[in-house]
Amino acid sequence: MSEQLLDTESIEPIEKEPGRFREALHQLKKNKGAIAGLIIIAIFLFIAVFAPVIAPHDPLSQNIELRKSAPFTEGFLLGSDDLGRDLLSRIIYGGRISMIIGVVSVGIALVFGILIGVISGYYGGWLDKIIMRLIDIMLAFPYVLLTIVIVAMLGPSLTNAMIAIGISQIPRYVRMVRASVLAEKEADYVVAERSLGASNFELMFRSILPNCLAPISVQASLGVGEAILSSAALSFLGLGAQPPTPEWGLMIASSREFITSAWWIVTFPGIATLLAVLGFNLFGDGLRDMLDPKLRD
Amino acid sequence: MTEELKNNNEILLSIRGLEVNFHTYRGIIQAVRSVSFDIKKGETLALVGESGCGKSVTAHAINQLIPMPPGKIDKGEIFFEGKDLLKLSEKEIRAYRGDKISMIFQEPMTSLNPVFKIGKQIADVFMTHHKISKKEAWDRAVRLLELVKIPSPASRANSYPHQLSGGMRQRAMIAMALASPEPGLMIADEPTTALDVTIQAQILRLLAELKAEIEMSVLLITHDMGVVAETADRVVVMYAGRKVEEAEVHDLFEHPGHPYTLGLLNSLPSNEKYKGQTRLEAITGQVPDLLTIGLWCPFENRCKYAKDICRKEFPEKTEVEPGHSIWCHQVGKLD
Repeated sequence: MSEQLLDTESIEPIEKEPGRFREALHQLKKNKGAIAGLIIIAIFLFIAVFAPVIAPHDPLSQNIELRKSAPFTEGFLLGSDDLGRDLLSRIIYGGRISMIIGVVSVGIALVFGILIGVISGYYGGWLDKIIMRLIDIMLAFPYVLLTIVIVAMLGPSLTNAMIAIGISQIPRYVRMVRASVLAEKEADYVVAERSLGASNFELMFRSILPNCLAPISVQASLGVGEAILSSAALSFLGLGAQPPTPEWGLMIASSREFITSAWWIVTFPGIATLLAVLGFNLFGDGLRDMLDPKLRD
Repeated sequence: MTEELKNNNEILLSIRGLEVNFHTYRGIIQAVRSVSFDIKKGETLALVGESGCGKSVTAHAINQLIPMPPGKIDKGEIFFEGKDLLKLSEKEIRAYRGDKISMIFQEPMTSLNPVFKIGKQIADVFMTHHKISKKEAWDRAVRLLELVKIPSPASRANSYPHQLSGGMRQRAMIAMALASPEPGLMIADEPTTALDVTIQAQILRLLAELKAEIEMSVLLITHDMGVVAETADRVVVMYAGRKVEEAEVHDLFEHPGHPYTLGLLNSLPSNEKYKGQTRLEAITGQVPDLLTIGLWCPFENRCKYAKDICRKEFPEKTEVEPGHSIWCHQVGKLD
């Protein structure tokens, strides 16, 4: 009897499934935008990690005599700023700061967003109502305004800018995670796992959350780009990094008066910001396509 | 009652006067009304009835998987090995779930977590209930997959649910439900409904073989009389939240006593009277709304034997022979 059972089932071929990494790579190859984004991100990460090795000059050392040198003169590849500091070196070190800002502020937003969103979606009821109304209040403020308000309360500094950006980004993760959890918690496998003795905590964070990761990772990737942009904006307004820190937004702000006389001082940090944000956005969009099962082959 | 049950080693699970209601905005839906039955050790009890008759709610009440609110177990006792499960806290009942009382579900396609390998999912159940290493839990998972006759279990354990067929997934579900040292009670909630007929037979045979191998009782929930005939020892027929008949499986098929049971058996395509005939006989009418249902016999409006008394009160139990009880005013007066 059991022999027969085995026979009928063994007809089904057991093909070797490609690994997850190979499959991800295959999906990635089809998406040119995502590859471009990934390459840009990789370059910026490389520059950020090896900044001291790559930078030709000390980003902080001033040379008043060589101030506002044009690109390719006096040994400055991208020229020098109004205090005679090497622009290229400052942009390279600025990349380091921007990457840290992006990762840390999105990290803050993710941790709290996921925690609050999962709890809100899973338990529902009055707890969910209270959390969602608080989130509504946060969303009622324009994003930049909310960030500025928080920095103004904490005091202007780079660390506080990261915290402010992180907090301002929390609501979108809460809403997204909550929506995913609401959809997933009714799934049969959740009831099945509960029937096998899983606790609420296990169900929330071990069963349901991994099933919600696709939209979260897309949003996180896009969020890094936005965080870099926001920190540049805050520094531009004087609420983020303080001089002489080589931060892109701050560099643009402090040199905008020279835009007619020495265009390079304000242009190159701007291009760097643009490229970094573009990289994360391209990658985020590509990730969304990759994780959408309907667009797979 | 409690003392008597404690001393009775034969009975594994005893449900007494269970009443489950759903308190909704529209009113109180009486899903299960004073249902009682016992499951003996090593026995397969089938709970039969159509959709919405309360059979799943009854089963889910045992390990308290009913969504509360709106659901509420308003009355009754559920003794498992002499302990009233309804008096336990959520934490205490959790120790029973998946350990002494496990469940398999109707939808093998969606009842496994799509992001984890099936080996890991089975191993997790072990690790929830026992302090063992990951490696050991994985090895046990592979052994369980072998037990439920999944070919090349060691490599199959590394599969994700979407890589398995429906029958294979149901086997994996059964393996998960077996992930306790000696499952006392396995609740099988329509385990074969979503599968095609050939796989259905394999799964039922597998359950029967496992039952012989492991000392366990099975509560089989189904609406398929064919499945009942094949697997059950005893049958409880439910209709609109009430228990209407209980009998040994042979008695039920040979001498069905309740008009509803009679109707169910009459509508089986394999029934002898359909030889040469093309139309099946159905039970006319509709199930009453559980929201407005009265205290009388719920089958009264569809029953061709119904008399005035049937519209006044719910009948008392009539034991036509030992182990065969019927709740009907017209017992013995059918045809």
